[in-house]
Amino acid sequence: MGLEKALGDSLMMTRIEDAINWCRKNSLFPMPMGISCCAIEMMAFAGPRFDASRFGSEVFRFSPRQADVMIVAGTTTYKMARVVRKIYDQMPDPKWVIAMGACTSSGGMYRTYSVVQGIDQFLPVDLYVAGCPPRPDNLLHALITLQKKVQRGESRGSTTAVIGDYPHRKRAAVSSA
Amino acid sequence: MNLVILQKLQAKFGDAIVESNEFRDELTVVVRKDRLVELCTYLKEDRGLRYDLLVDLCGIDMYTPVKRFGVIYNVYSLKNRHRLRLKTFTEDEQPQVPTVTGVWSTANWHERETYDMFGILFDGHPDLRRIYMPDDFEYHPLRKDFPLMGVPGSIRLPKK
Amino acid sequence: MESTVHEVGRKSRILQALEDQNTSLTFNDPLENDLILNMGPQHPATHGVLRLLIRLDGETVIGCVPEVGYLHRGYEKLAEASSFHEFIPHTDRLDYLSPLSNNVAYVLAVEKLLGIDVPPRAQYLRTIITELARISSHLLWLGAMAMDVGALTVFMWSFREREKLYDIFENLVGARFTTSYTRIGGLAHDMTESAETAVRTFIKEFPANLLECEKLLNKNRIFVERTDGIGIISTEQAIDLGLTGPNLRACGVQHDLRRANPYLVYDKLEFEVPVYEGGDTLARYYVRMDEMKESQKMVVQLLERIPKGEIHAFKPKKVLPRKERIYTKMEELIHDFMLINFGVDPPVGEIYQGVEAPKGELGFYIYSNGDGQPWRLKIRSPSFVNIQALPFMLQGAMISDVVAIIGSIDPVMGEADK
Repeated sequence: MGLEKALGDSLMMTRIEDAINWCRKNSLFPMPMGISCCAIEMMAFAGPRFDASRFGSEVFRFSPRQADVMIVAGTTTYKMARVVRKIYDQMPDPKWVIAMGACTSSGGMYRTYSVVQGIDQFLPVDLYVAGCPPRPDNLLHALITLQKKVQRGESRGSTTAVIGDYPHRKRAAVSSA
Repeated sequence: MNLVILQKLQAKFGDAIVESNEFRDELTVVVRKDRLVELCTYLKEDRGLRYDLLVDLCGIDMYTPVKRFGVIYNVYSLKNRHRLRLKTFTEDEQPQVPTVTGVWSTANWHERETYDMFGILFDGHPDLRRIYMPDDFEYHPLRKDFPLMGVPGSIRLPKK
Repeated sequence: MESTVHEVGRKSRILQALEDQNTSLTFNDPLENDLILNMGPQHPATHGVLRLLIRLDGETVIGCVPEVGYLHRGYEKLAEASSFHEFIPHTDRLDYLSPLSNNVAYVLAVEKLLGIDVPPRAQYLRTIITELARISSHLLWLGAMAMDVGALTVFMWSFREREKLYDIFENLVGARFTTSYTRIGGLAHDMTESAETAVRTFIKEFPANLLECEKLLNKNRIFVERTDGIGIISTEQAIDLGLTGPNLRACGVQHDLRRANPYLVYDKLEFEVPVYEGGDTLARYYVRMDEMKESQKMVVQLLERIPKGEIHAFKPKKVLPRKERIYTKMEELIHDFMLINFGVDPPVGEIYQGVEAPKGELGFYIYSNGDGQPWRLKIRSPSFVNIQALPFMLQGAMISDVVAIIGSIDPVMGEADK
């Protein structure tokens, strides 16, 4: 377009949704639901060698109200499922869920009476990471894939809020003086 | 060492000991459950024996028509550096065993776990409730007639 | 649903009103009731999924009920359904901070049951990996406890050291973390030259790196004041509650299974067992720091003395044969088939084998009735017993000390919940 040619590289034209999604994807703050062994690899993922903060996940927010993505790491038992669901419900939209490891994807090596065979039985999952436990580089790859998904504006569990999409309140009848 | 201890126990509690055997240098003594607490107190407080550390307490389901459930006590003496195992058996209907929390306080949680997994009730336990499974779970998982995959519908999941 | 909170003494009026569903409760003094705080299963500082119900009078803790079971995966029932060999990967996930140590413990128990003697090179290698696993577990304890108390730098530095250890494990075993290195009768494969060099390099540089972390904490006034005299437990109570490992040695009791009932090659090594008096958090900190230094000295001695030789016992009907022989020789093929499908052939009997794991005494009680699968396998997990001692340590402490005390006990829920 003529405007871009005139002003050069300092101007970029895009849709608002894309700009917002770009901001979102580069600052995904994870909430680590570290339950068992995968939590150790998640701590290594946040550690000095495989640094997650260079991809935008600067801090691990332990409060669900301040987080975007919940990484469920570890075997989810029936007793814990209630807790995980409660915390997921407390996260504000838009939110994503990464199911880390074999235990969360499908029950893993525990086909027993107390292990939920996959957290997708009670949570909408966006990304499954295979491994027992997955290496931290594997989890980084998952984070980057999730970022691509965020750029497209998709989320299994929530409708991503887009400007112009808020339901307007109907004005109540105005009493005229 | 094992022989000495066995003789000492047989001298004092001859009628309470049902059988004893030794396998891989470990002594196992099967006792009657009504003399259990007395025997445990003697083991802990006697000057020569001093079994002051209860290392492990577990249940076992032998799946026999008589004397189905057993409770196994692994004790250790810090002074003599010696291990000993006690076993006691109980029936299938209303399995009940006296508690040893008065002797070793660590038995508290171990007995709760045995109750949770097998359904063995401990008389005199201060706080007998489930520890691993949710409180309203109806079955006892480690019994031999409980399937590995569990009974579908026994624990509820939150809705998606 | 019955209430899971235990009242210490009287029942508070709020709880009584909740139970009676009485909604018209009036208070004359708004400060007359105690607060029951739920440090829930999801909490950054509870080292896993441990739930604590703490009763507070202002900021002082007057009672505490821990609730475990949020990670109960049914290990003991799984063991009854799998053969002895199949259970080895499951033992990795018990104390997931030091998986190699659990592998060694389980395999020692099965070998005691079967009556197999393992060749010396395998014994030395197993001791080396147990001590390296101890260093790895204590490093994570150090990072986590320091982070809970407020020192974030130590967390990053200890993780840097752990990454070096993970590289060594990957070189030696093939996996960073869930290793499953040991086999009944020996080890999976031998240690290569490059792995040995990596271990030597790490062991040479480790004391200097540990000293850096120590310099940040030992004389740090904030750390010392947050841990000195906090969470005291007396010696008699510790023994009565069944504490073992560093928690017991911090109360002044000289008990270490490596000295008392030696297994592997510990009777040939020279090492000291650090014991501190006091029973408080700072004593537990010192015990674990000294244990790391002793482990380093032990690995140096082991690397000097390790003999050459076989790493598998030769017992055809009980030990899995080597892969290259299975594919080429007939007898090994038959033995492999029988061992995988019908299991090893154990005698009827029961054994208990306890080892000194980084957290305490890890014990396996196996009752076998001659089948290829154990009839009963009980895992005596040290963290389960250590958490039971938590209410006694928290008595009278402030709410901000709870985190430091939990960190010093070092519970791992994977093994406490089995």
